[in-house]
Amino acid sequence: MDSPEQVRARLEETGYLVDDGLAIACFLALRLHRPIFCEGDAGVGKTALASALAEALDAPLVRLQCYEGIDASQALYDWDFPRQLLHLRAAEAAGVTDAERLESELYDRRFLIARPLLQALQTQPSVLLVDEIDRADDEFEAFLLELLSEFSVTIPELGTLRAEVPPVVVLTSNRTREVHDALKRRCLYHWFDHPGFARELAIVRRRLPAVSARLAEQVTALVQALREQDLLKPPGVAETIDWAQALDALGANEVDAELAVATLGSVLKYREDAERARGLDLAAVLAARGA
Amino acid sequence: MLAADAAFLGFARALRAAGVDAGAERLHSFLRAVDTLRPGMRSDVYWAGRLTLCGSRDDLERYERVFAAYFGSGGSFGRPRHTTPPPGLRLVVRDAPPGTRTPRDGEQQVPPTAALASSTEVLRHRDVAALDEAERAQLRRLLAAFTLPGQARRTARRRPARRGDVDPHRTVREMLRRGGEPARLRRHERAERPRRVVLLVDVSGSMAPYADALLRFAHAAVRGQRTEVFTIGTRLTRVTRELSHRDPDLAMAAVAGAVPDWRGGTRLGELLREFLNRWGQRGMARGAVVVVLSDGWERGDPELLAAQMRRLHRLAHRVIWANPRKARPGYAPLAAGMAAALPSVDAFVEGHSLAALERLAAVVRGAPVETGVLGGKGADGA
Repeated sequence: MDSPEQVRARLEETGYLVDDGLAIACFLALRLHRPIFCEGDAGVGKTALASALAEALDAPLVRLQCYEGIDASQALYDWDFPRQLLHLRAAEAAGVTDAERLESELYDRRFLIARPLLQALQTQPSVLLVDEIDRADDEFEAFLLELLSEFSVTIPELGTLRAEVPPVVVLTSNRTREVHDALKRRCLYHWFDHPGFARELAIVRRRLPAVSARLAEQVTALVQALREQDLLKPPGVAETIDWAQALDALGANEVDAELAVATLGSVLKYREDAERARGLDLAAVLAARGA
Repeated sequence: MLAADAAFLGFARALRAAGVDAGAERLHSFLRAVDTLRPGMRSDVYWAGRLTLCGSRDDLERYERVFAAYFGSGGSFGRPRHTTPPPGLRLVVRDAPPGTRTPRDGEQQVPPTAALASSTEVLRHRDVAALDEAERAQLRRLLAAFTLPGQARRTARRRPARRGDVDPHRTVREMLRRGGEPARLRRHERAERPRRVVLLVDVSGSMAPYADALLRFAHAAVRGQRTEVFTIGTRLTRVTRELSHRDPDLAMAAVAGAVPDWRGGTRLGELLREFLNRWGQRGMARGAVVVVLSDGWERGDPELLAAQMRRLHRLAHRVIWANPRKARPGYAPLAAGMAAALPSVDAFVEGHSLAALERLAAVVRGAPVETGVLGGKGADGA
């Protein structure tokens, strides 16, 4: 892919719509082999970017979900102890006495369990998604930084494994914690905003081709209006799609204020938010969108 | 090309002057990115810079401002104006929550009646507001020795231990070492870690006599890893990074530079809402020990503060309110904000002296509060 426009076209073929900034970010990530660091509210398509990239590049997606206390043996590699033990027993039963050979056999590739990071290095090409990096600990960030700058891993028993074609890396963060600067410096930083009406409508239409055009338009308008309110959790694009899907499942071709309130649960997940939305004049929002 | 590079370097310098941390490594990526794209195209340069030079959402606003000022807002691109924008010039305001970002200036609040100092004992028990300069210097030295670990919680991690569940990994490894002979069972148990501590320090006018001491307390606390510090006044400022300077005086200077609303009014409710929306609910307050250091003088709507405190109380493990004025003889929580907040507070403590801050540190560590427990869990009504 030679230009941001091509990247954008390929991503759009997979059903993921991108704006200028994101197209340039993806292009630079491919060219300069830099990770993309995605921040933004939940449900704005940070994680979906990785799967879209994987599809566009026709490469497998390797996902690493971060959590508190994650460490190298869960993220990178581990030795398969039970199998090593079995091997040892079998060798013993067969009467092998060459201890040195036996030992070197024990730390063979086949006893290595590749966790997501190692998988991504070994699979070429591949897209590596490091999801919710802000949930992991600082130590893990430092470890990740090392890996992302060299794209190589040193396993004491085996030596250094290097990715000839570095994977495309997407990191996401929900900003529960400030990620260390050193890691961010390695990355291309992209902030995901909520999309405007036209783009959001295009996304809904693309993701749910079966839903009537009118319903998609109405739902998008309602969500955009809700987002302007001072909500505890403003709905993301994911919620817009959920809502349209829910209404479609109810057999609706268009939505009125009453039906909207009845299905509010698929878009607002806090009681306070739902109450606030009930106080709104949803009919006026729908009317403004044109009958 | 050279001239263009010089322009980009100047741009990075202007960004640094505006407070964006555009260091050498970032600059290098920027130049590489521009080179990969089309250096003549305005939007390409914009995005290349935004993707490589910015590191957080707070940077984006500054970036837009500097970009517009430096490259001009119109088409031509070659001749940048070498001026750093005057601070405060705001061409683009990105989705500021309504009404929360504009500090109401001139809202100076006169500190209420001078302290009736309860100064009978040693410095430890003296009210910070009533100290002279030499005593303050001594207090600073004492404050620097503080640590503020949060109450311990069990983590998902396990660590080797004498008793507990069998640890298959280490047991098998031990067996391997002995050629497969069954050996001693190795065990592990859940590790414990201190909870995150979040300090919200009121720097409004009514808290002015205490702000310096409380921020120094916060500085000492930040050295314990999992502590976050915000200042509240007319706006919310995250000062964790500024406080991470090792030297207390440098840290204080950095904070003074970063906090725009010293000695203004207090909008506790609104700022608490901003804290919860931007940081708290995403995870910073979840399971954390949240300490509010304030006198509860609320200029805004106490009902809003009450609602936000209920929200905070539902998210946090423990909410502690330290009020330096609580130590005054005859104190009753009559300030509208204080009265509204108390039902959602787990521990209500003093914060006026070194001894009181020691006490506060103990409460944060999980010590029970023997007196002055008001409200606590239960009275939520939510």
